[in-house]
Amino acid sequence: MDTAQLEHGTATRPQGWPGVVADWSSDQRSFKGASWGKVMMWIFLLSDTFIFSCFLLSYMTVRMSTTEPWPNPSEVFALEIGGVHLPLILIAIMTFVLISSSGTMAMAVNCAYRRDRRKTAALMLVTALFGALFVGMQAFEWSKLIHEGVRPWENPFGAPQFGAAFFTITGFHGTHVTIGVIILLVVAWKVLRGEFDDQRPGFLTGRRGRYEMVEIAGLYWHFVDLVWVFIFALFYLW
Amino acid sequence: MSELAHGTGSHLPAAEVPEMELPHPHGWWSTYVFSQDAKVIGIQYSFTALAIGSVALVLSWLMRLQLGFPGTFSFIDPQAYLQFITMHGMIMVVYLLTALFLGGFGNYLIPLMLGARDMVFPFVNMLSYWVYLLAVLVLVASFFVPGGPTGAGWTLYPPQAILSGTPGREWGIVLMLLSLCLFIVGFTMGGLNYVVTVLQARTRGMTLMRMPLTIWGIFTATVMALLAFPALFVGAVMMLLDRLLGTSFFMPTLVEMGQQLRYGGGSPILFQHLFWFFGHPEVYIVALPAFGIVSDLISTHARRNIFGYRMMVWAIVVIGALSFVVWAHHMYVSGMNPWFGFFFATTTLIIAIPTAIKVYNWLLTLWRGNIHLNTPMLFALGFIVTFVNGGLTGLFLGNVVVDVPLSDTMFVVAHFHMVMGVAPVMVIFGGIYHWYPKVTGRMLGETMGRIHFWITFLGAYAIFFPMHYLGLLGMPRRYHEIGETSFVPESAHDLNAFISVMALVVGAAQILFLFNLFWSLRRGREAGPNPWRATTLEWQTPETPPGHGNWGRELPVVYRWAYDYAVPGAADDFVPQNQKLPPPLHVARGEATA
Ligand code: HEM
Ligand SMILES: [Cu+2]
Repeated sequence: MDTAQLEHGTATRPQGWPGVVADWSSDQRSFKGASWGKVMMWIFLLSDTFIFSCFLLSYMTVRMSTTEPWPNPSEVFALEIGGVHLPLILIAIMTFVLISSSGTMAMAVNCAYRRDRRKTAALMLVTALFGALFVGMQAFEWSKLIHEGVRPWENPFGAPQFGAAFFTITGFHGTHVTIGVIILLVVAWKVLRGEFDDQRPGFLTGRRGRYEMVEIAGLYWHFVDLVWVFIFALFYLW
Repeated sequence: MSELAHGTGSHLPAAEVPEMELPHPHGWWSTYVFSQDAKVIGIQYSFTALAIGSVALVLSWLMRLQLGFPGTFSFIDPQAYLQFITMHGMIMVVYLLTALFLGGFGNYLIPLMLGARDMVFPFVNMLSYWVYLLAVLVLVASFFVPGGPTGAGWTLYPPQAILSGTPGREWGIVLMLLSLCLFIVGFTMGGLNYVVTVLQARTRGMTLMRMPLTIWGIFTATVMALLAFPALFVGAVMMLLDRLLGTSFFMPTLVEMGQQLRYGGGSPILFQHLFWFFGHPEVYIVALPAFGIVSDLISTHARRNIFGYRMMVWAIVVIGALSFVVWAHHMYVSGMNPWFGFFFATTTLIIAIPTAIKVYNWLLTLWRGNIHLNTPMLFALGFIVTFVNGGLTGLFLGNVVVDVPLSDTMFVVAHFHMVMGVAPVMVIFGGIYHWYPKVTGRMLGETMGRIHFWITFLGAYAIFFPMHYLGLLGMPRRYHEIGETSFVPESAHDLNAFISVMALVVGAAQILFLFNLFWSLRRGREAGPNPWRATTLEWQTPETPPGHGNWGRELPVVYRWAYDYAVPGAADDFVPQNQKLPPPLHVARGEATA
């Protein structure tokens, strides 16, 4: 397909940076192996990275600007289980669940490329279940904090910005997870019905789906997972 | 191609994408209203942007009436004046220029200039327009709610934006922030389409380094917008929370009317950083498409290949990258760390280098060109003049010591109107005169066009050039009325009246332009497929206006760059991108081989 090369009639490729530039600017498509949908998802995720970065940087800024002391997250997010005081236990479980879901997602992608429909759908459902579990635990955490009097505008443990940043950032991330769960369910449903085998036009857009949809959904899922790692490190551990 | 190994189904290269991948319209609604055809979406974007832009234009008349003849118009009280400048600024920058360049020109030109049948995800592309329309409607709604639109200035700085002294603090600011969020969501849907189409859906032979500069400008600007708008989005969300829920992201401890507010501990400067991390790239988001389009206009209408194509491409990319590290030059007086000022002044001055390269290359393209002084060319030249003018005052304002006294004066207003108001608008007009024949099949009236140009160009100078002087006198911006001030001489008031009259004249010229747009639809001269004898692909379509799917049965194949004008030995003075070899002159003339 590389007509640009044929035309120049030379087989020598530039090395180093010029080579990178030559590859990117070569004929028809810059990323040769990647489908449109996949490139689109990557670029969207790049943009979304900037959103989360801005949120996290803003959180750090208000943490510096506020005059009241910042509460100790280990204590705020501690639970008493069976009389034992466990700091951050719920967050640890949530993190574990979400990271496991990335594992099942990766397995689902693998099965999808093997055209193993049942296994793919099953693994995607497990992933979605993990995701729902995560959102459920987050809801529990929210209600616990709200119960203790933490609000976006005030906070009995210290700086009101703690409540504001907590609800905004975990809320935004939780929304991402929820959307991810919905995407996973839709794609799993399509896999089960075999829509990707006979390339039936999908709903809404009327476009033909391919198994790559599973991988694209997976990209999103891993991204949401990765973002959580940063939230975990910067908000809960710091 | 490696994905075949995955067995994921074949992604045929764009040139071979079967036509049935295109969504076909069924009936009137899906052809003209809920269309998924990028050309229709582009026209919808352009019309909506021009419509809301007219609102901003009318607001500028009202502001100028107040400034020129203070006390004459009782309905323009200080509150209303602030609301006018805010809506005028925000509409012009975001809802007119950004939407028109990327949504309008981008949608129409990207698939055509690249030899694609459509954008890669037409459905998402359609949604993009409708969300944009919703954003515009929400913005317009703020004129009709109690308290009216926000008067916080287009920069929306907290804390004042949400304090009770600011007009529109009840509803206006909420609708403004909501509308911005919607705009960003809608833009992202379209922007992803533009970027992926450029990267992945070019026709055979269209390497990146053969793309017309118009596409390079729009592409780079879109990438920048996808990275810059997130900051505005986050700022808008957090300010909404501050306003509606009473969080204190941006709100410090405040006393208002002797009462301490419930806010405290937030960082107003944080918003300024977020805003300008978006705001400065935004300047280039409207400038880069303008750069690209102007390059193509100049090359086509001077019948000369663009000078230093590679340098032009790299300059666009480098400007795009650098513009992410200059944002705090808008914040020299914000009270941030002075060392920041040193850093940001340095980066700001560095960005002048690639920009100057572009200007020199335009001039060298014109040098000894066969310049056709038609309307598009006039507007392109007008752009160069106003842009250089605004760029020079930018060098003043980029230096901390010069900026500090000039900050918040009419000098700043003059500067940014020259560089990002008048200059890109010149390109928009030039672009419309240039591509209207492709869109409608008819030429825009040339005489009306020239009248439009000269009034707009000279008028814009008459409006904004004296403002530099007023700024140097110390006349502040965003002031409803200057009143009797010792440092403003009597003559300056006459100057103000003169500026206002000119603003009305320039406004009237735009009505002539709108009239031309509709008049030429029926009465314009028949254009034919390629009236400008241009090389780029959009002029080589089998039908004019291009039909659904753009290219009939077969996609064009590209053999050359976009600037083969006046090639020695070629029969014509231009060689289209999809023409394989220029037939040698003597063959074309039917002469015997020597
Ligand atoms: C005939 C054309 C125009 C006229 C007469 C005009 C006039 C004005 C006036 C009088 C102000 C307020 C000055 C003050 O009191 O601070 C203003 C502000 C502004 N204008 Fe324009 N303008 C025009 C076109 C444009 C265009 C095309 C843009 C696009 C970038 C633009 C962007 C702005 C911005 C961003 C502000 C600042 C608003 C603020 O201070 O919050 N204007 N304009
Ligand atoms: Cu700037």
